Amino acid sequence: MATTTDPKGGSFRLSMLLYDSRYRSATIQIVALIGFLILIGWLVSNTVQNLAELGKSVGFGFLGERAGYDINQRLLDYDSNDSHLRASLIGLLNTLLIAVLGCIAATVVGVIVGVLRLSQNWLVARIMTVYVEMFRNVPVLLWIVLSMAIMIETLPPPSAFRGEDPAASMIVSDSVALTNRGVYVPEPLFGRMDEEGAYTSWRHSLGDVHLFGDSPVRFDVSLDLVAILAILIAGLLVSGLVKHRADRIQNATGVRPRTWYWRWGVVVIPLLLLLWVLGFYLGKPELRGFNFQGGTHLRNSFIALWLALSLYTAAFIAEIVRGGILAISHGQTEAAAALGLRSRRIMSLVVLPQALRVIIPPLISQYLNLTKNSSLAIAVGYMDLTGTLMGITLNQTGRELETVLLTMLIYLLISLAISGAMNVYNNSVKLKER
Amino acid sequence: MSDLSYVRKDMLPEKAPPVSEVGAIGWLRANLFSGWFNSILTVASVYLIYTLVSSILPWLWSPTWSAGSLSECREIVAELGKEHGGACYGVITERWQQLLFGFYPQELRWRPILTFVLLFVALAPVLFTDGVPRKMLWFTGLYLFLAPWLMWGGAIWTPLLVIAGLALGALAFRVLSGVIGALGATIAAIVAPILFWLFLVGPLSSALASIIPLGIEVVESRLFGGFMLSVWIGVVAIAISLVLGVVLALGRQSDLMIVKYLSVGFIEFIRGVPLITLLFVASTLLNIFLPPGTNFDIILRVMIMATLFASAYIAEVVRGGLAALPRGQYEAADALGLDYWKSQRLIILPQALKISIPGIVSTFIGLFKDTTLVSIIGLLDPIGLTGSIRADANWNGIVWELYGFIALLFFLSCFTMSRYSMWLERKLRKGHS
Repeated sequence: MATTTDPKGGSFRLSMLLYDSRYRSATIQIVALIGFLILIGWLVSNTVQNLAELGKSVGFGFLGERAGYDINQRLLDYDSNDSHLRASLIGLLNTLLIAVLGCIAATVVGVIVGVLRLSQNWLVARIMTVYVEMFRNVPVLLWIVLSMAIMIETLPPPSAFRGEDPAASMIVSDSVALTNRGVYVPEPLFGRMDEEGAYTSWRHSLGDVHLFGDSPVRFDVSLDLVAILAILIAGLLVSGLVKHRADRIQNATGVRPRTWYWRWGVVVIPLLLLLWVLGFYLGKPELRGFNFQGGTHLRNSFIALWLALSLYTAAFIAEIVRGGILAISHGQTEAAAALGLRSRRIMSLVVLPQALRVIIPPLISQYLNLTKNSSLAIAVGYMDLTGTLMGITLNQTGRELETVLLTMLIYLLISLAISGAMNVYNNSVKLKER
Repeated sequence: MSDLSYVRKDMLPEKAPPVSEVGAIGWLRANLFSGWFNSILTVASVYLIYTLVSSILPWLWSPTWSAGSLSECREIVAELGKEHGGACYGVITERWQQLLFGFYPQELRWRPILTFVLLFVALAPVLFTDGVPRKMLWFTGLYLFLAPWLMWGGAIWTPLLVIAGLALGALAFRVLSGVIGALGATIAAIVAPILFWLFLVGPLSSALASIIPLGIEVVESRLFGGFMLSVWIGVVAIAISLVLGVVLALGRQSDLMIVKYLSVGFIEFIRGVPLITLLFVASTLLNIFLPPGTNFDIILRVMIMATLFASAYIAEVVRGGLAALPRGQYEAADALGLDYWKSQRLIILPQALKISIPGIVSTFIGLFKDTTLVSIIGLLDPIGLTGSIRADANWNGIVWELYGFIALLFFLSCFTMSRYSMWLERKLRKGHS
């Protein structure tokens, strides 16, 4: 029997660093680390040298300077006297806005299309296939630019709405105007003050609370919104309690009490009551002078970007949903049918919970893609983070190093946050193996 | 009394199935009208298709191929008496060459076309593994040097000397492995060609070119444009990122902690930021990061960033391939006593890369579509060109025809590639069952 032993009297030799497997991995790692550090050092020293030649210094002081440019679509108040930091914040919020709205629309369209692609109806399935292939095989930038061009070239100008016999008219009972300057939709309003500063009725808005004084992160919180959210959450909680009680009764007696009117009522009725007390009404856009006044003005760039991003991503989500449903073996559906479940309950209790496990991970990466693609806003002039911080701020201050790196960092944080949050959810729906 | 009973002695002839269950009617009933809801859907779909077709077809049919401007188009359409107007194809007749080739010199356009055709010859042994002789792989290797030379032109000596550098490395390995051991030889085989490329290729090629001036006309990068630019950036980025991606994937799977974290950090960073920020790095920052005085053109810089971008995604695809290999393959390689690199080269990577091809193709499709982003930093890819075409007084106000043409180009190429990838996936799945 042959045994191998380590060479005796092994005083450490330098060659052991390479040929002894005990040390080799450490050697390789240290070499890799040194190489990496040298690379970083080389880049930094180049940068320092280049910046010195250009006579530039590195610093983020420029964020406090006056921005001097306007942002036409914004969620918080802002004017050109605000700082670059405030402008970037407005841009970031615009990015998040388009990302959230885009994800919602893409999910809705994607799920519908994905389910319809599996439809038994041959024609519908084919139409959906055409939709999916058409959208996912053409660059998203082309869709964005095309939708922008269509909105500008084919929609009527506001002046077309004027006159006795206008060439264009508003839709949805005269409340939505599609023009080449953007879409005007009604805005939710609450009872306001008249000119003398008195409320016209006892039903009126709760007003706003201004936070953070004059700082770049200042914003107004609408107390109406807070109240609505509070009532909504409380209603949902009570509704959950009702469901819980129904579950308990069902488990005990086998008969489930009829609760749907309770579950809806506790949410809807207090909400309607609150809206009535706050004097809720819709402010419709009206044509005054050369343009529409009142209502919410959604710019062309916003609509074009939102439509293009959602429809493009929806094509991918449709494929994911279809794949997820197909991944559930037919035996599951048959077993559920054999238990006597109706087709709706088969879907909600058996197929969907399992399909979600397959669907969620690629869905997350589609949400991430949409968020990253929203940076293409710069092609149509929607002022998102790319348009403000990496666009106009860069051009005005000439600080390409700081602005580009900061923009990348923010996008990276958003991506990590989304994938982190979704991983938590993913773990909660993961198959719990015994 | 019993002789009155009647028993049939032969079978009844088979009846034809009811008309409503077979043939066209049966198919219609099963697929289009299998219930009231499906019937409504069918009717709605037919109406939708009818509306679309009846509004698009008359618009599409419009003999405006020779029109020189949008107003001429409108005159032609008005003469035909169309209500909803018609397409204006004059813009495509006038600009299709520009949309395909950018400003690449007209008399030299055979070069990108040849490069494009040879691309398929070079890819054939990789994409269609059976039926193509393996010797063709030599041409694939040669193509890596041939293609840039054809596209950018210049003396033939440069690509030849670059190949010579590789040969030098191989030679160094051969000679030195007997003298200073395998590891030293490997290092020498890596260092020698790099030194050769960095310091000797330039002077040598100019010296050779002055003795024997053999070469083709140089075409500057700024003349590259149109669809050709998209394809070129996509192909170069994917080709180089394949190598980088495999290295990153191996790094991510490795047991060495520092190597692993460096790879993970790079991959997650690149995947976490939008491509457009990387392109901004290419257009504004890359010159700051490199030694003072280095200045190379924007297309090369974009290619570098696109390569880094693609390599992170390729790394994830290859990692999927590595993870999909059964554990036994790794153990078998270890049991044979192969060291890390040998087991990767002979056993793991050939299989892992084969199952990653569909993923690599989808990555390429994604990158190919993303190359349109270069229009934002001012390169003249098809979308970048639309800006100047639409600003032209003759074509001011044109939308559908122009974007439709570009969309069609992208659709055809991406759709073909995705079908190929699906075909390959099916074929591979068959091979494993």
